[in-house]
Amino acid sequence: MTSQHTGEMPAISYNFAYLDEQTKRMIRRAILKAIAIPGYQVPFAAREMPMPYGWGTGGVQVTAAVLGPDDVLKVIDQGADDTTNAVAIRGFFEKTAGVATTTATTEATLIQTRHRIPETKLSENQILVYQVPIPEPLRFLEPRETETRQLHALEEYGLMHVKLYEDIARHGHIATTYAYPVEVAGRYVMDPSPIPKFDNPKMDDCPALQLFGAGREKRIYAIPPYTTVRSLDFEDHPFKVQRFAKPCALCAATGVYLDEVILDDRGGRMFVCSDTDYCNARQAEGHRGEMAAPVSSSGGAVLPHPTPLPHGEREQGDAPSLTLTARGAPEGAGEGPFGAEIAS
Amino acid sequence: MTDQANQALAAADAPLLVSEGLSKNYGARIGCRDVSLDIYPGEVLAVVGESGSGKSTLLGLLSTELAASAGRVSYRMRDGVLRDLASLGAAERRLLMRTDWGLIRQNPADGLRMAVSAGGNVGERLMAVGWRHYGNIRREATDWLGRVEIAADRIDDDPRSFSGGMRQRLQIARNLVTKPRLVFMDEPTGGLDVSVQARLLDLIRGLVSEMGLAVVIVTHDLAVARLLSHRMVVMRHGRVIETGLTDQVLDDPREPYTQLLVSSVLAA
Repeated sequence: MTSQHTGEMPAISYNFAYLDEQTKRMIRRAILKAIAIPGYQVPFAAREMPMPYGWGTGGVQVTAAVLGPDDVLKVIDQGADDTTNAVAIRGFFEKTAGVATTTATTEATLIQTRHRIPETKLSENQILVYQVPIPEPLRFLEPRETETRQLHALEEYGLMHVKLYEDIARHGHIATTYAYPVEVAGRYVMDPSPIPKFDNPKMDDCPALQLFGAGREKRIYAIPPYTTVRSLDFEDHPFKVQRFAKPCALCAATGVYLDEVILDDRGGRMFVCSDTDYCNARQAEGHRGEMAAPVSSSGGAVLPHPTPLPHGEREQGDAPSLTLTARGAPEGAGEGPFGAEIAS
Repeated sequence: MTDQANQALAAADAPLLVSEGLSKNYGARIGCRDVSLDIYPGEVLAVVGESGSGKSTLLGLLSTELAASAGRVSYRMRDGVLRDLASLGAAERRLLMRTDWGLIRQNPADGLRMAVSAGGNVGERLMAVGWRHYGNIRREATDWLGRVEIAADRIDDDPRSFSGGMRQRLQIARNLVTKPRLVFMDEPTGGLDVSVQARLLDLIRGLVSEMGLAVVIVTHDLAVARLLSHRMVVMRHGRVIETGLTDQVLDDPREPYTQLLVSSVLAA
């Protein structure tokens, strides 16, 4: 889980990063085209991967194609480094590419993510790879692929606003909270994958390269560094991100995306950072939320991050993350005194 | 602007839509053969004939939904220039179809988005031409629902909960909201009961005269043709066999087939 270099090749020998070189060339060509036309969905010949569709086959292929031996890989799932999907994909690349892995956002050069953008600001020498279940933002409004391609080609995006109109008509406000459609570089409308709309502003003018891979739908798209990304809205109903009433219960962070954790069956709950690395780093710096353990004398009393329950957002046919298991403490961290209680 | 343009065109007596030698073959079979006709601003033209006579094919050709095997269709743009529709790019043609034209289908489920509320259905064209203010879109949609006699409190209901007549009226509102100049209607009263038909025809007649619309209406119902249209085209076996003013054709049919058609109606 922590950084380690596996110098020698594993017993079963894979080509570097699992895919053969011709396949990686093909994917790289698609990526280059995607970068050249920001937000445009480039078809590519997605391969079968040794994991089921919906578990990040698209993201894994993009990662495999851009991964180099010197890269440091971080994989997150719903902001967490230690959920099943993240652990499995990280293990996959440790085994097939022997690259260094990390959980620290600042140390990573390549971050594969499902459903979140890290809270820590990304930099120019980083690449963020998104796992995408349904790349077509117009899909639920227009089922015909031939027609949606026409709409993109002719820049006819009135339909996207019909969806937002329906939201306001039904709920009084734009109720889309994830996979919130964006316009990239003033041209293509794009589905940012099911990230919370809270993360949409982070895509705008981002120094890091952002790549999106959809394995089942066989599409790759990209946002080059420093590209304008605008969330669609109405003049009288401007785009707004979610707000949280309280800071993180463990690290007292504000202005971050929080997960709700149910503590018992009597209505007890807590709100904690969805980004585990960010939360742990803040706790290590000594920040304490209202439900965090006091700093113990044995040093490094970083709490095992409790398990978030998905809230408010329905899973979108994408990877089911196993959220009911307790998250283990990062290696080297002391066993939190209340860890078991919090996770139970 | 529109009215001025219409007046200018009417004064110039220039046709809005011109078709020349329009033909369509479905393999060896003939859909439509050598049809030439002009449609003038503010005029309602009825295309009548029995099933399989090529009415719907002709409508498809005129509205560029079908590609012609031979012949061409030209349309006078808002700037007054007559242009061959086949020469327009896809973007231009689609813009034309959602601003200057309307297309009312026989089955409202084909012309509406059934999962989108009535307001969203009416507002779609507005949003497609760049309206980005929710309040304004809502106001315009409410206004149009009123004009087609749909209660304002139904604005957030989706068309699945509407009766057949309401759906058809909603389809009309959805098409007319961008104030088109030319509307194609394919059997708009088909499948509706007689009293609902009468109300719908009344509504269409009112809107057509109020907005100065040019309409091409395909129907097998001569009563609909008599009520709505100024001019008539009778089709048989893909050809136009008789044209003329509606009352002239219906009261004094020249062709034997037209005579048969008129005499087969109980009280047209």
